[in-house]
Amino acid sequence: MQALGLEVLFKGTNFIRLLGGLGVALKISLLAVLISIPAGILLGTLMTASNPVIRAILRLYLEVMRIMPQLVLLFLVFFGTTRALGWDLSGETSALIVFSLWGTAEMSDLVRGAIISIPKHQYESAAALCLTLPQTYYHIIFPQALRRLLPLSINLITRMIKTTSLILMIGVVEVIKVSQQIIEANRMSSPNAAFGVYLTVLLLYFAACFPISMLARFLEKRAEI
Amino acid sequence: MSEKVLTLRGVVKEFEGQTILDGIDLEVEKGEVVVIIGPSGCGKSTLLRCINALEPIQGGEILLQGSPVKAGDKNLPVLRQKIGMVFQSYDLFPHMTIMDNITLAPRKVHKRDKAEVEREAAELLSRVGLADKAKSFPRQLSGGQKQRVAIVRMLIMHPEILLFDEVTAALDPEMVREVLDVMLELAKQGRTMIIVTHEMAFARAVAHRMIFIDEGRIVEEGKPDEFFESPKTERARNFLNMFRFQPASRS
Repeated sequence: MQALGLEVLFKGTNFIRLLGGLGVALKISLLAVLISIPAGILLGTLMTASNPVIRAILRLYLEVMRIMPQLVLLFLVFFGTTRALGWDLSGETSALIVFSLWGTAEMSDLVRGAIISIPKHQYESAAALCLTLPQTYYHIIFPQALRRLLPLSINLITRMIKTTSLILMIGVVEVIKVSQQIIEANRMSSPNAAFGVYLTVLLLYFAACFPISMLARFLEKRAEI
Repeated sequence: MSEKVLTLRGVVKEFEGQTILDGIDLEVEKGEVVVIIGPSGCGKSTLLRCINALEPIQGGEILLQGSPVKAGDKNLPVLRQKIGMVFQSYDLFPHMTIMDNITLAPRKVHKRDKAEVEREAAELLSRVGLADKAKSFPRQLSGGQKQRVAIVRMLIMHPEILLFDEVTAALDPEMVREVLDVMLELAKQGRTMIIVTHEMAFARAVAHRMIFIDEGRIVEEGKPDEFFESPKTERARNFLNMFRFQPASRS
């Protein structure tokens, strides 16, 4: 116990605080996912539109979100908007904005990929049966695209949860930040706390993400039909 | 004088600077079975796709019972309901059961009652020998079975004219027959049909009129017996010869 520095976890409310930190990370990821999925479906569908202007704008948005490190986006929204626009966004709100923007971009690309993977024949058969375009999307294209999309979008959730470890940089007290605080506070009494606490954090991330990965794999198998 | 279902006048289709169809004139009467043959790339499939307005045309006109069929036209959805089409690559909707595949369009487009449509679907399915497949998914069916379902899916929309675009070309030989038999049956019922095919024996048996297309033009047309026995043009003769084999001489 002493050598691994695990004993700090049982001091006071330390373990509960760690869980609370994980809760913050999960809350932001979950909210961002809830925004990203519908927004991503909308933008992804528009990305398959024939209008070249719409396509170009969405492509630009996607590329910017992908190229920019998430940390830069976080700084830009948290510090940048305060300086430039005078907004006083909290760390959590900034994090939610950044993760939603990034998640929407990633999601839209997944949706676009799923939609264009549906063969042209499916559209033509629907047209020959006189279904309208909205009917074709609703009954034929989306249900098929969704099957391909589900596992991919679940992987996006785990990526999001892992990336929330960055938000301590804008002052959000999530699981990594709580760990740092615990280690700092017990530097004298348990000098090995860093190992024990971060090991615990690793296991907590695993406990949060593993079931999600399993679900993704299960859905992937089912989608193969 | 019998009723004209379909009239094509000088239909021109261009694609990326190439002329695919170069002035096609064609009239199809009610109850007539027209079989179109020709070398691959001659434009015969494109012609069917133009009749159904899946491809826009650049010249001429297509009239269905007197009304122009035009891609992007407001009237198109109504006109298209009179045109049924079956494609080469049996395009059933993979995420739906056979029953749902068949009943989707009548329920959503014609707003027909579910129970009533399902009764008709069940009857049509049993007529093509697939009564027990209603609850199956397309992946559980053979190619020939899928193609028969695709025909049922078209028939339930009660089209005036049926278009078949090489519907047996992607099938294994032993499955071709079951699909062709369904088509022969439809011809016997007096349906108006345009069939693009490479099955020459079937063409001869089913056709009221043969049309031979090459390089985007109708090169020859006529009664099937005359066409197959004594084609008038050199090009048709050469094409038909490709389907004949001389016995290998064994010395």
